[in-house]
Amino acid sequence: MKSLKASGHQLASAAAQIELLEQQAETRQRPTFRNQLESIDLFPLRPTGIDVLQINVGKMCNQVCKHCHVDAGPDRKEIMTRETMQQCIDVLAQTNIPVVDLTGGAPEMNPNFRWFVEEIKKLGRHVIVRCNLTIIVANPKYNDLPDFFRQHQIEVVSSLPFYNADKTDRQRGQGVFQDSIKALHMLNAVGYGQPDTGLVLNLVYNPAGAFMPGSQVSLEQQFKRVLLSEFGIVFNSLFAITNIPVSRYLDYLVASGNYDSYMEKLVNAFNPTAAAGVMCRNMISVGWDGQLYDCDFNQMLDLTVRVPGRHISEFDADALMQRAIIVNEHCYGCTAGAGSSCGGTTA
Amino acid sequence: METYYDPADLKKFGQISEFQKELADKFFSYYGSVFAEGALTAREKSLIALAVAHTVQCAYCIDAYTNDTLEKGCTEEQMMEAVHVAAAIRSGSTLVHSVQMMNKVKQVSM
Ligand code: SF4
Ligand code: SF4
Repeated sequence: MKSLKASGHQLASAAAQIELLEQQAETRQRPTFRNQLESIDLFPLRPTGIDVLQINVGKMCNQVCKHCHVDAGPDRKEIMTRETMQQCIDVLAQTNIPVVDLTGGAPEMNPNFRWFVEEIKKLGRHVIVRCNLTIIVANPKYNDLPDFFRQHQIEVVSSLPFYNADKTDRQRGQGVFQDSIKALHMLNAVGYGQPDTGLVLNLVYNPAGAFMPGSQVSLEQQFKRVLLSEFGIVFNSLFAITNIPVSRYLDYLVASGNYDSYMEKLVNAFNPTAAAGVMCRNMISVGWDGQLYDCDFNQMLDLTVRVPGRHISEFDADALMQRAIIVNEHCYGCTAGAGSSCGGTTA
Repeated sequence: METYYDPADLKKFGQISEFQKELADKFFSYYGSVFAEGALTAREKSLIALAVAHTVQCAYCIDAYTNDTLEKGCTEEQMMEAVHVAAAIRSGSTLVHSVQMMNKVKQVSM
């Protein structure tokens, strides 16, 4: 499977995605996301702080998951340069942003990944790595990643759409479940997810299809029970995440004829409490080229932050705190039901 | 194409209160309590509902509880097994009545 970009797909373009989202809202006469925020006095949406710097170090990935909002894959060559990474480190040094969340693609595929992690750790910040698990076993040069993570006390957050092979492989590719289990064993072996080690391993559940995630608590119980009894795997918490209608997931929704009903479901499940707690209110997302965004989804839709300095080299915390966060129809994904963020439910 | 079942009608379920509010309110409050987490988990109840939906052959309920069981993290295998439980009870209850038929046959036969 190729990325949308490599296959010349219409939805590879951010503008085409936005057009589709807006057009459909209009034809279906759905309240726009902006209207919804206005109705609860949250528009314009303002930041509450900058607690997380999420850095996307590149779109290169060893997988091509069907729901990927980054449109990542082996055919994507965009990766963050060491120079841009240095600019991120400079910003961290000048501010007291406590958490750095590294994502991709497979962030570990960036050749400067380990150097970058070490530099951030020197500044004493908490580092989260969004690890897709299979990268650990994809090539011998990555086999020592669990040990590297352990040495630097990194929090590992890994996607595992389901506790069986069938659903996982349908979303993420043939053999992904088996490799993920292997990688989880390796992480457990160095202490990740084990009681009293302080090495945190969190898993991410997201629905393998056009439906919403159920209760995070109940899903976590199921995942823990099955992964322990069938594979002897332990982990800390499960984050249940709603698939956001962006990029390859948007393409899947349209191609499978589920787009309309999915959007309707999200709109009907709009939750004001979840809206007040959306993750863009306390994070800044940095693209592989150093551009700044309100979140990873806005990044994929080319919606750079609405402040004069839109590049990491022009980072201005005060100006960013004054900005209006850019919202559009895809934001319904973050505010439906129990809410959704990189850390799971929000409401 | 016009059919008796319109998937869009499922969303209008709440409108049944239009013709009789008091009883509808009582029903929805009862319904909500039945499906809440209890001695059975909400997930187990959802699988039971899926099976029963097949027995009463309600297209709306099949749609609703297919979605609900998926959301609650059930596997396709569990969902199909639930339907088989319903089917087994259905066929069993049909077949057990054949005892009555056999009794009757024996009674009226020489
Ligand atoms: S979802 Fe993650 S693992 Fe899958 S293709 Fe996208 S970046 Fe790679
Ligand atoms: S999609 Fe991004 S901007 Fe929109 S609500 Fe979610 S986090 Fe905020």
